[in-house]
Amino acid sequence: MRAIDERIVYAIMFGLLLVAPTLIYPIFLMKVLCFALFAVAFNLLLGYVGLLSFGHAMFFGMAAYVAAHSIKVWGWPTEAGILAGAAVAALMGLIVGYIAIRRQGIYFAMVTLALAQMVFFFCVQAPFTRGEDGIQAVPRRPIFGMIDITDDVTFYYVVLAIFAAGFFLVHRVVHSPFGQVLKAIRENEPRAISLGYRADQYKLLAFVLSAGLSGVAGATKALVFQLASLTDVNWHMSGEVVLMTLVGGLGTILGPVVGAGIIVSMQNYLKGFGEWVLVIQGAVFVIAVLVFRRGVVGEIAECLKTRGAGGGSTAPHAGSGSSH
Amino acid sequence: MKLTKLALGIAGIMLLAGPAQADGSDDVVKIGVLSDMSGTYSDLSGAGSVFAAKKAVEDFQKDHPDLKVEVISADHQNKADIAANTARQWFDVDKVDAIVDLVTSSVALAVVNIAKEKNKVALVSGAASSALTGKSCTPNSIHWTYDTWALANGTGKAIVKTGGDTWFFITADYAFGHALEKDTSAVVVANGGKVLGSVRHPFPAQDFSSFLLQAQASGAKIIGLANAGADTTNAIKQAAEFGIVAGGQNLAGLLVFLTDVHALGLKNAQGLIFTEAWYWDQNDNNRAFAKDYAAAMGGKHPTMVHAGVYSSVIHYLKAVAAQKGDGDGAALVAKMKEMPTEDKLFGKGSVRADGRHLHDMYLFEVKKPSESKGEWDYYKTRATIPAAEAWRPLAESDCPLVQK
Repeated sequence: MRAIDERIVYAIMFGLLLVAPTLIYPIFLMKVLCFALFAVAFNLLLGYVGLLSFGHAMFFGMAAYVAAHSIKVWGWPTEAGILAGAAVAALMGLIVGYIAIRRQGIYFAMVTLALAQMVFFFCVQAPFTRGEDGIQAVPRRPIFGMIDITDDVTFYYVVLAIFAAGFFLVHRVVHSPFGQVLKAIRENEPRAISLGYRADQYKLLAFVLSAGLSGVAGATKALVFQLASLTDVNWHMSGEVVLMTLVGGLGTILGPVVGAGIIVSMQNYLKGFGEWVLVIQGAVFVIAVLVFRRGVVGEIAECLKTRGAGGGSTAPHAGSGSSH
Repeated sequence: MKLTKLALGIAGIMLLAGPAQADGSDDVVKIGVLSDMSGTYSDLSGAGSVFAAKKAVEDFQKDHPDLKVEVISADHQNKADIAANTARQWFDVDKVDAIVDLVTSSVALAVVNIAKEKNKVALVSGAASSALTGKSCTPNSIHWTYDTWALANGTGKAIVKTGGDTWFFITADYAFGHALEKDTSAVVVANGGKVLGSVRHPFPAQDFSSFLLQAQASGAKIIGLANAGADTTNAIKQAAEFGIVAGGQNLAGLLVFLTDVHALGLKNAQGLIFTEAWYWDQNDNNRAFAKDYAAAMGGKHPTMVHAGVYSSVIHYLKAVAAQKGDGDGAALVAKMKEMPTEDKLFGKGSVRADGRHLHDMYLFEVKKPSESKGEWDYYKTRATIPAAEAWRPLAESDCPLVQK
C-alpha cells in the first residue's frame, strides 16, 4: 500500500514538473531543481546516516568551478564538464569523508566546516576561479552534440532528467540493503558494528555518494546561470542546504525537494521587498521551527499516518525518520 | 482522499512559486535597479540608487511628459547567481529595458553578459572592475561612475605630484587587492615616486596592528590601502589608534565612499586621501540633489554611485527619446556613445567606444574635525583630474569592440 502511495506521489510531482515551464519561468525552475538535487544529496547524509555536514558547499561550489572552467576554458563538451565536476566533488568527498567520519556530532560538523573554509580560501586565491569576479559567460554547448540547450525550456527538461536520475538514485540507495544498514548505523552505531557491519566504510561510501551528487547539482547550476562564483563555495551555502532540508522534512525523500522549492522561491519572489527579505525569511524560519518540527513533508506524512491509521496502527512511513 | 490532499499540497507549493506577472506593453520604458539592498554595499548604493533613478525619471519627464517610464528594483544580495536569475527574469518576463547600478563586480560582469545575450541595456555605476570596459566589454553596456584603473591612477599620480612620493602598501591578499596594488605602484613609479614596500593581509581581516606597525616603521609618507569595504575601515580605525596620521604619515584609500567616511567619523578618517567621481558639496546642483536625497532618505547624503545612477538614467532616457523606442539595446547604447552626455550632476562628458563614460575625477582629502561645518561636511578637494587623464587610454584597452 505504502509503496503504491509513494509511486503516485512521485508521479504527481514529476507530472507537475513536466508541465511547470508553461506556467513558471524556466530558469527559476532549473534553479529550484539544482538546489533540490543538492538538498536530496545532503539529506542522504543527514537524514539517513545522521551525519550533519556543515561543509557541503565545497562539493557544490568546486564542482561548479570545475565544470565552468573545463567547459569555458578547455572547451570540453557539456556532459563531460558536468561529469568532471561530479568526479572532482566525489574525490573531495573521499578525502574529506575519510578525515571527517572518524568523529561524530558537533565534531563532525566542525571538521567539515573547517575543510570547507580551506576550500573557500583556495577558491578566493586560485587564479582559475578568478577570485570574486567568478567564471562568467560559460557557454551552453549542445548535449551529446545534438540537443541544443541554449533554449531555456529545452535545457529545463535536461536539468529535470538530471534531477530525476539523482532523485531515483537516492531513492534506490535508501531502500536498498545498503540504505537499511545506513539507517541502522544512524539509530545505533555500536550495535550495527557488533552485528558485523563495517560502519566506517558504509559512512564513507554514503559521504562520497552525497558529495558526488552535490557536485552534479553544482555543475548543473553553473550551466543554468552560465557562471560559477564564490557564493557557491561560501559557508552560507552550506547553511542554506541545511535549512532547505529542515524546512522540507529531514529524512524524507520528498522533503528536501519541497524545502528547496520554498527557500529558493522566498529568495526569488521576495527580493522586491529589498532589505525586508531577511526579516521575512527570519519570521518564516521561526514559524517553521515552532509549528512544523518535522518539516513540511514530515508534518503532512505524520498527519496522514495518524488519520489513516485511525489511531491504531503505528506503521512507520517509508523513509521517515523516527525522532526528528 | 489522502492522495488528493497530498497532491493538493504539492500543487499549492508549486503555485507558491507561481508565474511572475508579465505586464509588458512596450510603450513603457522599464528601468530595473539591481542593487545590494540589505548587505555591505546597501549604504553606498541600495535604496539610494532607487531614489536616484526615480529622481532622474522625474526630472526627465519635466521636459518629455509623454514618455512613460517605470522604475522597479530588487536585491541581488551580492550574489551573482541571484543577480543573473533576476536579470534574466526581468528581461524575459517583466519586459525590463535597462538595468542600472549593479554594485559588486561579479554581479555586474554576469548581468552585462545577459544584457548582451538579450540585446538590452546594462548601465553599471556601483561596480569597480575595469574589466567591464576591458576584455569583458559588450556593445550593450556602459560603465559610468568609476573603475579600479581610474582610482589607482588618480590617487597614485595626484598624491605623488602633491609631494607624497614614498609609498607603502597594505594589500588585501586576493585578486582585487593585488590588481589595485600593482596598478597603483606602476603609477607611483611612473610619476617619479618610490614604493618602499608592501605587506599582504588575509581577506577579510580584523587585526591590522602588525601590518600598520610595518607601514609605520617603513617611514613612507603615504600608506596605500589596497583593499575595500570593512577591511579599509578597520585599517583606518586602527591606524588612528596608532597615531599614524598624527605622526605625519598619510593614508591613501584606493576605494573609499562617502558613507565609509561617515561610518568612520572624522576623528578616525581625517587626512585620508582618495579619488572619487562626485561629491555632494561641490556646486549648487549637487547640493540641491543632496538636499532632496536627504529629505527622502532620512538625512543620509548621496555617494558618487547614486549620482552615477542619476546621470546614467538621464542619458539613457535621452537616447530612448532620440531613437523613439526602447527595443534594440545595442542600437540604444550606440546612440548613447554617439551623443555627448550632459546632466546637472556630472556636467558635460562623453561615452567612449569601449563603454567608458568620461568625466573629471577628483582627489579628496577628509577634513579635520575642526574644519567641518557639520554632519556630512567631510571632503576638501585636493586636485581635479581632468577627464583626458583620468581614464585608461583606449590604446591600452583589451576591449574587443575597440578597433586597433
